[in-house]
Amino acid sequence: MRMKSALAAAAIVALAAGCGSGGGGDKGGSAAGKPGEPVKLNFLSLAWQKESVAANKQIVDEWNKANPTIQVTYVQGSWDNVNDQLVTQFAGGTAPDVIHNDSPALSGFASDGYLLDLSDKLPAELKSDIPQKSWDTVTFDDGKGKQGVYGVPFLQESQVIIANKKLLDAAGVRIPTPDNPWTWDEFSEAAKKMTKGDKFGVAWPMKSPVNKTLNLALNFGGTFFQTVDGKTTVKVGPEEKQVLQRIHDQLYKDQSADPAALGQGTADPLPAFFNGKFAMLPAGVYLRQQVAEQAPKGFEWVTLPPLKGTTSDQGAVSQTLSVAQDSKHPDEALKFISYFLNPTNQAKLAKGDWLLPTSVKAASDPSMTTKENGWDVATASAKNLVVAPFLKVNGFDEWKSKVATPALQEYFANKISIDDVAKKLVDDGNKVLERYQR
Amino acid sequence: MTVTTRGKAAGLRRVPQYLALLAYVVFLAFPLLWLLSTALKTPREMALADPTWIPREPTLANFADAFGEQDLVGAATRSLVVALASSVVTVVISLPAAYAMARYRGLVNRIAIGWVLVSQVFPFILIIIPLFMILRDMELVNTLPGLVVVHVTFTLPFALWMLQGYVRAVPAELEEAAAMDGAGRIRTIIGVVAPLLAPGVVATLLFAFISSWNEFLFALVILQDPDVMTLPLTLVRFTGPEGVARLGPLAAASLMATIPSLIFFAIIQRRLKSGLMAGAVKG
Repeated sequence: MRMKSALAAAAIVALAAGCGSGGGGDKGGSAAGKPGEPVKLNFLSLAWQKESVAANKQIVDEWNKANPTIQVTYVQGSWDNVNDQLVTQFAGGTAPDVIHNDSPALSGFASDGYLLDLSDKLPAELKSDIPQKSWDTVTFDDGKGKQGVYGVPFLQESQVIIANKKLLDAAGVRIPTPDNPWTWDEFSEAAKKMTKGDKFGVAWPMKSPVNKTLNLALNFGGTFFQTVDGKTTVKVGPEEKQVLQRIHDQLYKDQSADPAALGQGTADPLPAFFNGKFAMLPAGVYLRQQVAEQAPKGFEWVTLPPLKGTTSDQGAVSQTLSVAQDSKHPDEALKFISYFLNPTNQAKLAKGDWLLPTSVKAASDPSMTTKENGWDVATASAKNLVVAPFLKVNGFDEWKSKVATPALQEYFANKISIDDVAKKLVDDGNKVLERYQR
Repeated sequence: MTVTTRGKAAGLRRVPQYLALLAYVVFLAFPLLWLLSTALKTPREMALADPTWIPREPTLANFADAFGEQDLVGAATRSLVVALASSVVTVVISLPAAYAMARYRGLVNRIAIGWVLVSQVFPFILIIIPLFMILRDMELVNTLPGLVVVHVTFTLPFALWMLQGYVRAVPAELEEAAAMDGAGRIRTIIGVVAPLLAPGVVATLLFAFISSWNEFLFALVILQDPDVMTLPLTLVRFTGPEGVARLGPLAAASLMATIPSLIFFAIIQRRLKSGLMAGAVKG
């Protein structure tokens, strides 16, 4: 009996030693590629929606069939952990060759020298198909004072309003169009009209309030950060206060916003939305996927274009593909990226993730301009996107988590005044930023 | 008072106990039942304002998606191999060490115990990069044996503490009695101490198995090739940014992920009994 147990234990250990030691000891993200053997690239993708994963796999398969000398391995990662994973793999020199991420994460990796500067390597066709304002979202300092391009931007998100069509029609309000959007005043009036009894006009899920309010603040020219003589500080003046005050007014003055949604994440209020508890939900364009999938039969919904303040500008970040500095095959990696992000493929990827392509040609693809599921309105909103002002602020992440998130949550819970929140964001925020600028 | 009346009274007294037990079982089973219910729902039913316990239109589509999109069986097999190997190696190393810690006193022993304690308060995140470098130099990155080494390293201190507690509970008099009967040290350990430690060994095995089965962070940084990824790395692929997830396939895959550990526990729990030593040194 004992002998059997010992043998079983030894067998398990031996099995672990033999089982799938895929590429053990491979010191680079890609295989070196002996003469005659194909170059092997690892592609870390963060796609997670069913359609998006399918589109990614399909494009990789098509590439592998068409390019027998450059074979790409699709590796699926996760948004929540990718930066922990990359920090270790960059430090150990084993990062994947092609890396999917978002532009805020690139800044730190670029200044640490982990990403390849693509400035003079980008094919003209790819470069010209993506507007400069999108390239600006991936242009960062290399840590030595030189600006470089550290990724190819390919998917962006704008904030739209998803509305219950029946309640919208019943209120008799003007339906906004991309050419003639609602102003914030019209939006507030519409929300008031749709508030009746225990039904509200709008819901503001503010569990993570920072990016949403900062991106919308650009409607009134609010940037929240200013850089003078190379020093960045926080500013909360009349422009920055506009959107904050207007949302607060809907909650407590007009009482047209559902207070139950305040502490929720973006998708959490959907059951109440489908139940008619409120009529409008300001959200990122990607939320349309969940609305389309989860809405009860017969529930009619529409996508309304971004609101207009003094402008309709919104801050945006991009999803990106980058090449690791340590990649042994940077040229092949860039060839793959150029193929992966050609207009046809960008349209597929955008459709899979319910986001907006940066490619101008992809945006004119019929699948991006159809009225179905509000694609026409969503795609048209891309013209309003500009670089999020916080994107290039060193210390933004700490300011966001330690200062801005709790301060804005307190403000929207009506525990502090607009002046209090402004003081916190500036005074506490500048202390944080100062540490990053020494 | 007749025997029957006494029996009835005792039975009535037990009612609250059974009710409390039932409440506890429901409390423990709640997450699993909710997981099952979610796994069988359509996305539309998951978004109902009044959540349902029993799906109105039960569907296996979530299971089809989970198994169709990801290599769950392969990942579960690899997780099982890693967890079994880690737990066996942990016990094989910690058992003699725990015996030495429990039975031999001295400065070295005290330092060793102190070191084991200190190692428990080290945040994993601090050592993950150096550890990664060591594994890379040993050519163990991207391999299951590399993950086993890491899991064993991090389970050992607590396993040692668990086991030395069990060793201390074995009366030294039993070993002395065996010695009086002419048994040597090795024979005493194998023939007398080891059988009495069976519940402790089983508890340690379970602890090491579950720690390894659920472990995510080290697997995330060490394993890079899709062909070697373990179950937690596969499950996380159903989640998106900021906690958004594809709840249906995630619930279906998570439900499947609990089955091997439940089976392992069911097989091994018979050994997890106490009271073996009650009365061993009386008289």
